[in-house]
Amino acid sequence: MSAAAILIPLPVLIPMLAAAATLIAGRRPRVQRLISLIALSAVLAVSVTLLYLADRGDTLVVQVGGWGPTDDGLGPLGISMVVDRLSALMLVVSSIVLLTVLLFAIGQGMRDGDDRQPVSIFAPTYLALAAGVSIAFLAGDLFNLFVGFEVLLAASFVLLTVGGNAARIRAGVVYVMVSMVSSMIFLTGVALVYAAAGTVNMAELAIRLDDVSPGTRSALFAVLMVAFGIKAAVFPLYAWLPDSYPTAPAPVTAVFAGLLTKVGVYAIIRAHTLLFPDVGLNPVLLVAALATMLLGIFGAIAQNDIKRLLSFTLVSHIGYMIFGVALATRLALSGAIFYAAHHIIVQTTLFLVVGLIERQGGSATLRRLGGLAAASPLLAILYLIPALNLGGIPPFSGFIGKVALLEAGAADGAVLAWMLVGGGVVTSLLTLYVMARVYAKAFWRPREEAPEGQLAMAAPTALIADGGGDVEFNARADVGRMPAGMVAPTVALIGVGLALTVAAGPIFAYSERAADQLLDRRAYVGAVLGEPS
Amino acid sequence: MSPSLVGLVAIGAMLSCGVYLVLDRSLTRMLLGVLLISNAVNLLLLITAGPSGNPPVRGRTVLGREITADPLAQAMILTAIVITMGVAAFMLALAYRSYQLTTAEEIGRDPEDVAVAERSEDDHRDVVTERPARSPGERADLDELYDEEHET
Repeated sequence: MSAAAILIPLPVLIPMLAAAATLIAGRRPRVQRLISLIALSAVLAVSVTLLYLADRGDTLVVQVGGWGPTDDGLGPLGISMVVDRLSALMLVVSSIVLLTVLLFAIGQGMRDGDDRQPVSIFAPTYLALAAGVSIAFLAGDLFNLFVGFEVLLAASFVLLTVGGNAARIRAGVVYVMVSMVSSMIFLTGVALVYAAAGTVNMAELAIRLDDVSPGTRSALFAVLMVAFGIKAAVFPLYAWLPDSYPTAPAPVTAVFAGLLTKVGVYAIIRAHTLLFPDVGLNPVLLVAALATMLLGIFGAIAQNDIKRLLSFTLVSHIGYMIFGVALATRLALSGAIFYAAHHIIVQTTLFLVVGLIERQGGSATLRRLGGLAAASPLLAILYLIPALNLGGIPPFSGFIGKVALLEAGAADGAVLAWMLVGGGVVTSLLTLYVMARVYAKAFWRPREEAPEGQLAMAAPTALIADGGGDVEFNARADVGRMPAGMVAPTVALIGVGLALTVAAGPIFAYSERAADQLLDRRAYVGAVLGEPS
Repeated sequence: MSPSLVGLVAIGAMLSCGVYLVLDRSLTRMLLGVLLISNAVNLLLLITAGPSGNPPVRGRTVLGREITADPLAQAMILTAIVITMGVAAFMLALAYRSYQLTTAEEIGRDPEDVAVAERSEDDHRDVVTERPARSPGERADLDELYDEEHET
């Protein structure tokens, strides 16, 4: 048995077993924390090893239970788990995010006092979420991808409504309903694909779908795109996201914003390159990408609550990735992959910074905040770096990803592609405007000038606390203290974002190799079905 | 193998009822809608299954029969049923909690949307001549704002 065969299932197994262990240790928060930290660090180590192995050029496959392809020409009878460069990169980035956000949550939880926290639920659910994300990235067949989505969704339902106050229940109902409907559409897609091709293994599908008539293929692709589009929050299916994310606790929103939509983007990339490479729906995707970028950022301009504002920028920047996928050239795909990695890190960092702003300023709405730059220069720097990165200011990784996408759009040369290039530039500028607006209002202007500056929340949105209503700003006891346990993980994640900038050359070269691998399906199919490629 | 029309019509009917129920504001009805839709999709999976074939075991018979139904579709349906059941249980808990908190299991309006609507209303304050006085904490209902605008 090769090293890869042992390593591949581990990103799923470790968090699942750790979730069980933390459930047993429910009454001992310290043990829970220790188990979760060890588990997620181990997942990170495994993912990095897989990245190294995958970058040697082979697609790594493990047939679960040994039910691989049979001698008499049947495809894999069991479930295949596959690691190629794309899934390895996504695994590494997601495990970095999961680990740092866990550290942030622990820092916040320790500060707030564990007696008020439903810790016994948080750790197991968080680990189940990690397992679900890993299943989705490793899935080698369509139904297993569905199961991965369900595992991470079920965990996210619990995390989003943790504490169960009125606002979170309201947001949770919207989220649960939308997710269930998208899952049902996905399952319908799986059923129809199975009816058309008689298999749900992606490698086999890649061969067999070529024999299906083009009309049927487009229809199958469209059904799957609607399902993935809801999960990735692509226009016109994004309205649920800004409605449900902002009410959750800061660490939960951060990890959702970073990972969950990107799992949808990953599924779109996979379906578009492996299963349906030449379906004529690219113009539709391009229009959807353009609308996602512009409407998302227009939505962000109208918002006062920073969390909602960031949720809209999150939606908006999903458009860039869809843009890259829809162009489907080597440069566009590598741009999309690089941008996905960059966006996961930066968007998560920004939501963590909002957690710190709530801590420091006692609120996350621009109607109340002010004078933060004077109160805490550190916080101003922590906000400014990822904000400029998201806005695409030249030295940062956001700029590099955008330039690749814009170049790919210009190389394509069609009218629609040029419109998207224009839309991308406008979105980038408006993102900068939105980020600068937050900076001007929350950090520069004196607090007295804020319309409701005299008020603060009685307590910041911790894992369970309800905020407790408004108090006079001066009367709030814990304002202005950011615990080191929350600052350190944020700094670390900003460091990762900067590393993505400094090491952009090798990482972009990696994503180009990943794009090559995606465009040449034979290697993937050959590795899974055990035929010489 | 061609699927039977009766099954497809039944699936269509269940789906449309499910969609109708999901569009309701009451949580229990939405839950019933989701359950109907998921059952319809499960039926669809059953119908799309391949033709029956040899049993996969040695000797090629199961209980004296030489053909069995497509096991993969059944496995997928089972998984889907279990997932739906778990989520349904969670949704019932949500509905109960929502009922506890508000004694009404309806989805309220998004407060931030109302705030944005209010703000755009504020910009045209001169258009709305008479507006009932509100205490600072109270927020206008969207319907109310809408009515006001049309009365004046």
